[in-house]
Amino acid sequence: MAKAKAQAQVPGVPAFYVTEDEHAHSGGSTMLGFWLYLMSDCLVFAVLFATYGVLGRNYAAGPSGADLFDLKLVAVNTAMLLFSSITYGFAMLAMDKGRQAVMQGWLVVTGLFGLAFLGIELYEFAHLIHEGATPMRSAFLSSFFTLVGTHGLHVTFGLIWLTVLMVQVSKRGLIEANRRRLLCLSMFWHFLDVVWIGVFTFVYLMGVLK
Amino acid sequence: MTSYPDWWKLIFGRFTLEAIPYHEPILIATFAAVALGGLALVALVTRYKLWGYLWHEWFTSVDHKKIGIMYMILGVIMLLRGFADALMMRGQQAIAFAGNEGYLPPHHYDQIFTAHGVIMIFFVAMPFVTGLMNYVVPLQIGARDVAFPFLNNFSFWMTVSGAVLVMMSLFVGEFAKVGWLAYPPLSGAAYSPGVGMDYYLWALQIAGVGTTLSGVNLIATIVKMRAPGMEMMRMPVFTWTSLCTNVLIVATFPILAATLALLTLDRYVGTNFFTNDLGGNPMMYVNLIWIWGHPEVYILILPIFGVYSEVASTFCGKRLFGYASMVYATVVITILSYLVWLHHFFTMGSGASVNSFFGITTMIISIPTGAKIFNWLFTMYRGRIRFELPMMWLLAFMLTFVIGGMTGVMLAVPPADFVLHNSLFLIAHFHNVIIGGVVFGVFAGIAYWFPKAFGFKLDRFWGLLSFWFWVIGFYVAFMPLYVLGLMGVTRRLSRFEDPSLQIWFVIAAMGAVLIALGILCFIIQIGVSIIRREQLRDTTGDPWDGRTLEWSTSSPPPAYNFAFTPIVHDLDAWADMKKRGYRRPLGGFKPIHMPRNTGAGVIIAALATVGGFALIWYIWWLAALSFVAVIATVIIHSFNYDRDFHIPAEAVLREEDSRSQLLGRA
Repeated sequence: MAKAKAQAQVPGVPAFYVTEDEHAHSGGSTMLGFWLYLMSDCLVFAVLFATYGVLGRNYAAGPSGADLFDLKLVAVNTAMLLFSSITYGFAMLAMDKGRQAVMQGWLVVTGLFGLAFLGIELYEFAHLIHEGATPMRSAFLSSFFTLVGTHGLHVTFGLIWLTVLMVQVSKRGLIEANRRRLLCLSMFWHFLDVVWIGVFTFVYLMGVLK
Repeated sequence: MTSYPDWWKLIFGRFTLEAIPYHEPILIATFAAVALGGLALVALVTRYKLWGYLWHEWFTSVDHKKIGIMYMILGVIMLLRGFADALMMRGQQAIAFAGNEGYLPPHHYDQIFTAHGVIMIFFVAMPFVTGLMNYVVPLQIGARDVAFPFLNNFSFWMTVSGAVLVMMSLFVGEFAKVGWLAYPPLSGAAYSPGVGMDYYLWALQIAGVGTTLSGVNLIATIVKMRAPGMEMMRMPVFTWTSLCTNVLIVATFPILAATLALLTLDRYVGTNFFTNDLGGNPMMYVNLIWIWGHPEVYILILPIFGVYSEVASTFCGKRLFGYASMVYATVVITILSYLVWLHHFFTMGSGASVNSFFGITTMIISIPTGAKIFNWLFTMYRGRIRFELPMMWLLAFMLTFVIGGMTGVMLAVPPADFVLHNSLFLIAHFHNVIIGGVVFGVFAGIAYWFPKAFGFKLDRFWGLLSFWFWVIGFYVAFMPLYVLGLMGVTRRLSRFEDPSLQIWFVIAAMGAVLIALGILCFIIQIGVSIIRREQLRDTTGDPWDGRTLEWSTSSPPPAYNFAFTPIVHDLDAWADMKKRGYRRPLGGFKPIHMPRNTGAGVIIAALATVGGFALIWYIWWLAALSFVAVIATVIIHSFNYDRDFHIPAEAVLREEDSRSQLLGRA
């Protein structure tokens, strides 16, 4: 509005169009759009949480959470993901200061933490399946594997995205488009963290209660 | 059934030659017609060398106007398919009495009613409302495109991909036989082992991705890209209802996606979400699917309420009565639509208190809806009404929708619902609101915005003919269903015993034929209008004396919509500009920054179709391959940073000059 120069034609008639156009496609709508996408993804998790809430105690005479969950392992796993969020934060701070190499370094650390998280999760899954606690065994296990597995799939996609972005930053530098993408991934990464805290509390901690 | 060797299963999964339904004469005839028509179309396009034009100007276009038009074309094509299903059902029910089996065996009939519901909601009504929103919203808010033009193209092609899968099921394999919402355990692996259910799941899953993303896109567009001066309470009502609709889309389609994914896991992996054993709970599915399903009907009707509002104020020549109350009513409906889902299954044992809660919230929805009806009525009161086609549809809608609303309130009373649940009364009710509301509104919207999109009006004579066939046909087809429902006839039956019921089904079938004539007249109307386009030409860009910004552009609008972004001072910005002596800028144009076309959307959606087909037929190698290909295409596309260009100022000047000449001629 401030930039809008009134077209001086008939006195008393207000300006009906902007002659000095501002950029219509700014990053602002990307951030909003990505935020909206995250909220829609959040609803996917809401459904999975609700399903776990309804079916999570239907053991069908099979093992329960208290029988299966190894809280120490999950605690280590949680730490991996939380650390990866902190290091992603460090990467963003470096990006703000324009220090590309430092940022890439922190992104590598983030990716390694993410990989560790996935590795531990896969180990846990393999262990459960080996013990006969498969997703097919009971509704509890179906909803457990689906909720935790969906989160894991998100982390996997986050890692692919992270790798692609690191290549793009190394090719193009910290141009505006890349900064925007890094911020989107940042939101995505922290979002997965928040969801994991829900999983840790609702599934694992409450699951081991008798 | 011949057995196939292992290598066959490795390559073709569970696809066998028996899956081609060559023993079904109806399907063979349909296939022949579709194949010949398709070949003729391909031949014509090749003959006139249109492939390049279609690819560069349409398929890969990121222009919201072209994408909007493509959505409408998809809707019309799928309407023909969905309506053919309706005619077949009406024909079957009209003759299958007292020992006569009719012409459709049950397994075929069951596929038809499932396909009819799925197609009409997902691939007719949704493309129509998305198409209208896509075309009109950016123009109404004074924007040059949507917030994410590429995503818009991608969303469209994902919807097409879902439609293609549903159409494929007609000729390769079968479709689901479970009703349009596919309740388990019937839809589970144990009772629906065939590919039909898998066609259903993957078609909806793929199309749903498109719908969700297009919802995100339009919210960001409306929130971020309004012209300066257009505060929220100065937005045109259609834009408001579109905003609420897209909020509902983003808030509900993920629920559909997750629910269908869980059912998919049950079928493919053998999990126990919705099974009857090992702790599964089918009612969980019914709840989840309706938490999406009820808001879905408001996703369809809200933008159409917006269409009616635009039509009412334009053709009554005055500002919409009660703009603020219209906005608040829309927002209230948006919120309440989330709190009523259980009324779809009052009879499933939730108990009196839960049923009462949902019965009352359902009845409360009729209050804001009633307020809207009164607003339209009061807009007409002392208005200078012009009975153009859109206005006719508005009048038919108001009469018809009130009837549908009242039967809806009847169904909202739980004790009454125990009598009427799953009866033809319910079928009559929701066709009453969807045809009388959504379909009439889509036709109103097409008649209203067609001259904007193509530069000429639609032929009035054939439009009126189509209108009367549709309206009368609707009443003849569905009023008998109310009667039958009250007599206790349930839905989805393919044959009947009591001969005294037959007359009502015969009347209903005649109504369906009348509606068929209505559709035929609509298509003739398009053809006649194209032939007579010089007489019907709109040179002004404002053929109806419109009130909102889309009418300030030429018809059809230039690719950049507005040479200069408009400034808004009042509600009904264009009416305000006309009143206060706005003069069109004739010079001083600047280069305009626009997004570039891309084929990535078409390619990804095509790969998704292949992947869906492979998953349906258990062709695992192909599924894995197309999944990797999708990821690879997305990554490659993300390496393309060169996504926009500038329309040079001279090109803008040329475009605007040609409009000046047109205006001078008028």
